[in-house]
Amino acid sequence: MDHSATTAVDPAVVEAMLPYFSEKFGNPSSLYAIGRQARRAIEDSRQKIADLLGARKEEIIFTGSGTESDNLAIKGIAYKNRKKGDHIITSSIEHHAVLRTCKFLETQGFSVTYLPVNKEGTVNPADVEKAITPKTILISVMHANNEIGTIQPIEEIGKIAKEKNVPFHTDAVQTAGKLPLNVESLGVDLLSISAHKMYGPKGVGALYIRKGTFLEPQLHGGGHERNIRSSTENVPGIIGFARAAELARERLLQEQKIAGLRDSLIKGVLEIKDSYLNGHPTKRLPNNANFRFSFIEGESLLLNLDMKGVAASTGSACSSTSLEPSHVLLAIGLKPEEAHGSLRLTRGLGNTQEDVDQVVSVLPDIVNKLRMISPLAR
Amino acid sequence: MTDGYSEKVMEHFASPRNVGEIKDADGIGKVGNPVCGDLMWIYIKVKDNRLEDVKFKTFGCGAAIATSSMITEMAKGKTIEEALKITRSDVAEALDGLPPIKMHCSNLAADGLHAAIKDYLEKSGKK
Ligand SMILES: Cc1ncc(COP(=O)(O)O)c(C=O)c1O
Ligand code: FES
Repeated sequence: MDHSATTAVDPAVVEAMLPYFSEKFGNPSSLYAIGRQARRAIEDSRQKIADLLGARKEEIIFTGSGTESDNLAIKGIAYKNRKKGDHIITSSIEHHAVLRTCKFLETQGFSVTYLPVNKEGTVNPADVEKAITPKTILISVMHANNEIGTIQPIEEIGKIAKEKNVPFHTDAVQTAGKLPLNVESLGVDLLSISAHKMYGPKGVGALYIRKGTFLEPQLHGGGHERNIRSSTENVPGIIGFARAAELARERLLQEQKIAGLRDSLIKGVLEIKDSYLNGHPTKRLPNNANFRFSFIEGESLLLNLDMKGVAASTGSACSSTSLEPSHVLLAIGLKPEEAHGSLRLTRGLGNTQEDVDQVVSVLPDIVNKLRMISPLAR
Repeated sequence: MTDGYSEKVMEHFASPRNVGEIKDADGIGKVGNPVCGDLMWIYIKVKDNRLEDVKFKTFGCGAAIATSSMITEMAKGKTIEEALKITRSDVAEALDGLPPIKMHCSNLAADGLHAAIKDYLEKSGKK
């Protein structure tokens, strides 16, 4: 249950992609038949992605990943508007694709406000409003957090951004395909998504750019993607992404139902003594459950779960390459030793009630075993 | 997931030896990991200058648990002088190595044992 990290490509997606590796190998920029065929396929795909987001086809730019979409949105706006201002507002729980882009821009003379979140991981829209200055050129707040699953009040922040006339970006990598998305009701000007989080292939993403919002390109070259993102198009990837988007739209209702499994998992796990839910109790991704168990460490928890055939992830310092606890868990007010005992379970479409039951049945013994070893537990 | 850990590490992690406290321990070493904030407590019972019993409690990663288990096994039955000679790298070697990022965990185990012996020597007035 680690489907927020990535998902397996849907067989129907693979099937849609295959011809574009072989007989339909054309370069969409070529004028002869197979080139035109590839061009048409890309434009159809663009329409399908637009449909997923309630956007217009011309407002979609294909990129190489969610990370690239975030980078393009933030750097693109920052450099385009440098003369207008140098201030960016974001939250302290963004994905590193946003946070480290902002950190980089700080080294380039921009100033960034990192808004705090409450203990459930929610940004307060009033804080956004207060942070806006005449120099603010961008607000970037993620739709839902990849670790703790908390869904942000994007509509409210969107209204504020519109009133103050500040471009508003949201990283919707985790919500695309899981929640209904509509750029109009969200009130966003830019929105990032990534194919591999929604049963599509890795290495392809998209950025929605509202008509009338202008970006400085970050890849210069042959002028592809309306001169915003040069590179010969990843045709099979784009086709697969679009097919995944179609399937995701068909499945949206099912995703909502599946939130029931999440709640059953949460209920079962919280029976364990000294266990807590991280993130918001209800405003969270339908597939995300994030727990914390006192007195024990997450990597050893993961290893034990792995031995029982359950894949999961943790925000513990011990399992990060930097040996620092997750910035998200610290931002919701956890102490490093509390972050240590965190466990993220993200359910995928293939997971069933039996999978949930299995986790609920093996977890108590694992937690007890580790607590027996821990000097912190009594 | 277990990539990077040797079979020996996984074996000690899955069934750690000598877990627990020694109620009337002769020496206790409580060490903490400044890198990631983990804790390791080593208890020793000494008889005729030998480590008659060694037990541990650890709050930490898989490597930390495996190295604590390993050091208790290595130290048990040794004389004080022999046990003091167990180095940080001995523990890692006995486990067929550790991923580089986990070396600080094995350091903790050796440090914990040495701290417990030091505590014993101080308490018993031998130092
Ligand atoms: C919220 C969020 N943003 C961005 C990304 C990066 O997407 P990609 O892996 O396509 O670069 C991820 C996934 O790791 C994510 O969860
Ligand atoms: S105890 Fe934290 S990395 Fe080993």
